[in-house]
Amino acid sequence: MRRGLLALIALTLASIGWFAAPAAAETITIGGNMVDETGAAIADVEFNMTGPNDYNQTTQSDAAGNWSFEISEPGQYFVSINPDTLPSGVGLTEPDKITRSVVVFSLNNLPPPIKYLTGPGPERASTLDRALQLTIDGLILGITIGLAAVGLSLIFGTTGLTNFAHGELLTLGGLTTYFFNKMGLHVIPSALLALIVAMVLGGFIQDRYLWKPLRRRGTGLIAMLVVSIGLGLLARYVFLYIFDGNKEQFLQYAGQPGWQIGPLSITPKATIGMIIGIFLIALTIAWLLKSQLGKASRAVADNPALAAASGIDVEKVIRVVWIMGAFLAGYGGIMMGLNQGVQWIMGSDVLLLIFAAVTLGGSGTAYGAIVGSLIVGLFIQLSTLIIPTELKYVGALFVLIVILLVRPQGIMGRKERIG
Amino acid sequence: MDWVFILQQAISAGIGVNAIIFALAAIGLNMHFGYTGLLNFGQAGFLAVGAYTVAVLVVNFEVSIWLAFLAGVGASILLALLLGIPTLRLRADYLAIVTIATAEIIRQVARSVSLREYFGGSDGITGKFGADFFALNPFPNGLELAFLRYTPNDLWVVIVGWALVVIFVFLTYLMMRSPWGRVIKAIREDEEAVRSLGKNVYFYKMQSLILGGVVGSFAGFVYAISRQSVQPDNYSTALTFFAYAVLILGGAARVLGPVAGSIIFWFLLVFVEQVLRQAVANDLIPNWLMSPNQVGQVRFMLVGLGLMLLMIYRPQGIFGDRKELALDARA
Repeated sequence: MRRGLLALIALTLASIGWFAAPAAAETITIGGNMVDETGAAIADVEFNMTGPNDYNQTTQSDAAGNWSFEISEPGQYFVSINPDTLPSGVGLTEPDKITRSVVVFSLNNLPPPIKYLTGPGPERASTLDRALQLTIDGLILGITIGLAAVGLSLIFGTTGLTNFAHGELLTLGGLTTYFFNKMGLHVIPSALLALIVAMVLGGFIQDRYLWKPLRRRGTGLIAMLVVSIGLGLLARYVFLYIFDGNKEQFLQYAGQPGWQIGPLSITPKATIGMIIGIFLIALTIAWLLKSQLGKASRAVADNPALAAASGIDVEKVIRVVWIMGAFLAGYGGIMMGLNQGVQWIMGSDVLLLIFAAVTLGGSGTAYGAIVGSLIVGLFIQLSTLIIPTELKYVGALFVLIVILLVRPQGIMGRKERIG
Repeated sequence: MDWVFILQQAISAGIGVNAIIFALAAIGLNMHFGYTGLLNFGQAGFLAVGAYTVAVLVVNFEVSIWLAFLAGVGASILLALLLGIPTLRLRADYLAIVTIATAEIIRQVARSVSLREYFGGSDGITGKFGADFFALNPFPNGLELAFLRYTPNDLWVVIVGWALVVIFVFLTYLMMRSPWGRVIKAIREDEEAVRSLGKNVYFYKMQSLILGGVVGSFAGFVYAISRQSVQPDNYSTALTFFAYAVLILGGAARVLGPVAGSIIFWFLLVFVEQVLRQAVANDLIPNWLMSPNQVGQVRFMLVGLGLMLLMIYRPQGIFGDRKELALDARA
């Protein structure tokens, strides 16, 4: 539909250009001006452009930050920036928009200049410094994934459900915080309210009115898995319907400057978010090991029938596990929102990484999920030392498959669970 | 409300190219999920491999399109082996996670900037790579039948596409009547029992994975040829989930289930979309509640809700037999 419209516009523009064509100009330029966030010019940044008839050129920005390519025929061109040639400490604010498409309908119309937004970026210092910084980033990512993975793993352990809608619990936490934040509340009380919403709506209500009746009916595990896919799809598009597709930042702490510790840079919000995350995970493990209900939940995971026979209220355990899972994932979403912004798709984007973490650690064990998450987080960030950043998730998923080949029960899993 | 127009649009969609693509994708899934009980969540990957092999070979390497089709089938067999070898011995949900991960790997590699030379990045590949295929078209004038209007190329794609659907449905029918089909269905019901009868379960599962994957690659061919382009984001996990919705709607483990499912799915999808669109345009639904942009989103919500309700209340789908496919009984 949209393509058709675009083609129509292109055709109209092309025909206007055709009729209005005076003596055609020989060449025009496609280019832009490269500046950093303060407006200072950046020189020696490399650009590459490809286009029709094997057009393929490379250029660099000059001392004033200007760069351009000359073209002599209309068509679609692709300009890409080489982010590795940016100076130390400068990065692209939209790293996913490295390549831009420029459509030149006629040589009479100068295409608008191409603007790459820049902001503070990684120090392109020694590999060791980069590795240290990436380790910090990896830990933050690992803990975010871990918060969701623990819940997923507990739910899987007690009910057998492979929950494909677990990513949406992250989104719920992040977007609800944004919602209250936008209403005028400061981000911290907003986050607390969002956690309550996550526990009530994502945990209690979801289990009470969807999964509990299904367990009662004796719905099979695979059928429940497909139900969770449907639920995830539904929830995702409800989020999109309400919040639109844009990535949004919380109103407070959005552009928080980072602390510089030697070669490392970390924002206070990320540090505090991470400490609370570690605290919550530690609390969950303590709960599993020490409390009556935690022990009961492990018993249910091991053998629900036997647990029920020995007087454990299985349904109560499952309800508590769901509420906890929703709480942890909701907090993970808030943490993600603080560091990267919130969007309707944020949860489902990391769902596969959560699965990877759980599988890597060994399904059904909460500790395994945490270890798996840290490994996945660190691996994803550190792998960018070698592979392009855009392929970092691919690397993680690839490792998941390799691990399954060699050690299918996961790192900390027990062998009898894989059957 | 122009009901005639709405119905015309819905009917065109029900017999159109999308219905063919999803029917083929679901026929493959039916082999995996319906008959063998394999949870393949990476059917989009098989479609992508088929579509991209053809586009890349024809556009970038100027290989003949017929050889490219052959290579596409070969690539999908390779993918099935790659997926099956590590996971078919493990519990069902391992296959699910590995297949969904692999499909994502394929999509992200295809859209990466570093490999844009070969796969065209997020814009994909566009080109006249169907020329040899369209040259065989015996209908130079297209078709205008009542409200159905097809350009010559569209008509040829639709005819060949439905012919492929018929062929694969017939093959499924023959295979499921054969001793091989009985073993496959027995594996779905009770793997251990089949193993105790001396059958190599792993081997049979692998064959099923390959066959279903090959049908999936044909869906990819139709996808690529009909649009004369391939784009990585068309092959996201949403495609796989839609194919599941199609399969379960029509009835898994039924020969005609995927076909009926696909026709009904696309008819309903476009029907609902058009009704909503007209309701919004005629102010029957106030604009603060739903803008024209949001109509497409509501469509996805309904697919999700429909998938949930179907699975809960009628897991056998419209034409399925509850006894044939005891989805509920499986742990």
